[in-house]
Amino acid sequence: MELLKMISVMAIPLMMTIILLHGYIKKVNLYDAFVEGAGEGFKTAVRIMPYLIAIFLAIGLLRKSGGMNLVVGLLAPITKFLGIPSEVLPLALMRPFSGSGALGILKDIIESYGPDSFIGRVASTMMGSAETIFFTMAVYFGAIGVQKSKHTVPAALISHFAAVIASVVICSFMFR
Amino acid sequence: MNKIWFFMIIFGMIMAAITGKVEVVNEVLLTDVQEAVVFAISLTGIMAVWLGLMNIANKSGLMDSFSKLMRPFTRLLFPSIPANHPAISAIVMNMVANMLGAGNSATALGLKAIEELQTLNTNKKTATNAMCMFLVINMSSIQIIPLTVLKIRADAGSIMPSEIIITSLIASTVSTIVGIAACKILEGR
Repeated sequence: MELLKMISVMAIPLMMTIILLHGYIKKVNLYDAFVEGAGEGFKTAVRIMPYLIAIFLAIGLLRKSGGMNLVVGLLAPITKFLGIPSEVLPLALMRPFSGSGALGILKDIIESYGPDSFIGRVASTMMGSAETIFFTMAVYFGAIGVQKSKHTVPAALISHFAAVIASVVICSFMFR
Repeated sequence: MNKIWFFMIIFGMIMAAITGKVEVVNEVLLTDVQEAVVFAISLTGIMAVWLGLMNIANKSGLMDSFSKLMRPFTRLLFPSIPANHPAISAIVMNMVANMLGAGNSATALGLKAIEELQTLNTNKKTATNAMCMFLVINMSSIQIIPLTVLKIRADAGSIMPSEIIITSLIASTVSTIVGIAACKILEGR
């Protein structure tokens, strides 16, 4: 655990050091190359901004209007049948749309059921394994101007569904 | 994306009207949209740093060596990317950053990767198989230490906040494998 934490903290500084050292040995003009590359950063940020605005707008409306809650209510019987506790359903549904939205829901769940309850554990696992699909797609495809995403959505949803089911099944094995 | 976006907004509007919370729309217009701008701006700095470093790595030849090293692994997932293409090292670095939970660094490297993939794309408006695969892996990525989740659990007084690390690892490994399989099956159609 401590070792894992250390790797997590060390990795990025290590990557930076290796790149700089290698560049120095190979006699690259480091400063100029860095500044030249960094200039691209601003262009990319500006380019993805409209797509971010579009997706934040849609997600915000869906969440704050209560639309998300309605969908949760409609899906509850189906997920009950699949063995997914209905308490974690809002999280499972929010996760593909918004990471920060899902984080808020996770906080609620953990505060109301306790972090060490079965529900709390399933929710924590789900948060750590499921995915932010529509946000990621909007940013990445927006950045390069791709409009037809082909099979990205179905594949990502299948993968997300697998994460949700796996979270419940694994927690049932480990914690019950 | 077009349809998804439209239905998300219309559904939100209708729900706001039904539940009598039309003022929510104004609130979203003011706050959520601003959050998007703040997010993009906050990404600019880390983005610039990584693109600067990648430019150095590109000129020093480190990217080429790294891509060659990762070739056997990436050839399985991305058969359409030619050997030594800069997309490979950007993809691998994005995966590493994702696993380590370095969110914004990962996004910066990921954007670099998808731009490189776009240079290989013959139809610029349509995603390639490699892009779909990259995004699905990116979204379902394994995170070794889910720091935010651990923090929330610890704050809520968990006896053992880290007990979910192993379950998350297993669950996200399952979802990544399923995602890769789904991509491979769907791209065959």
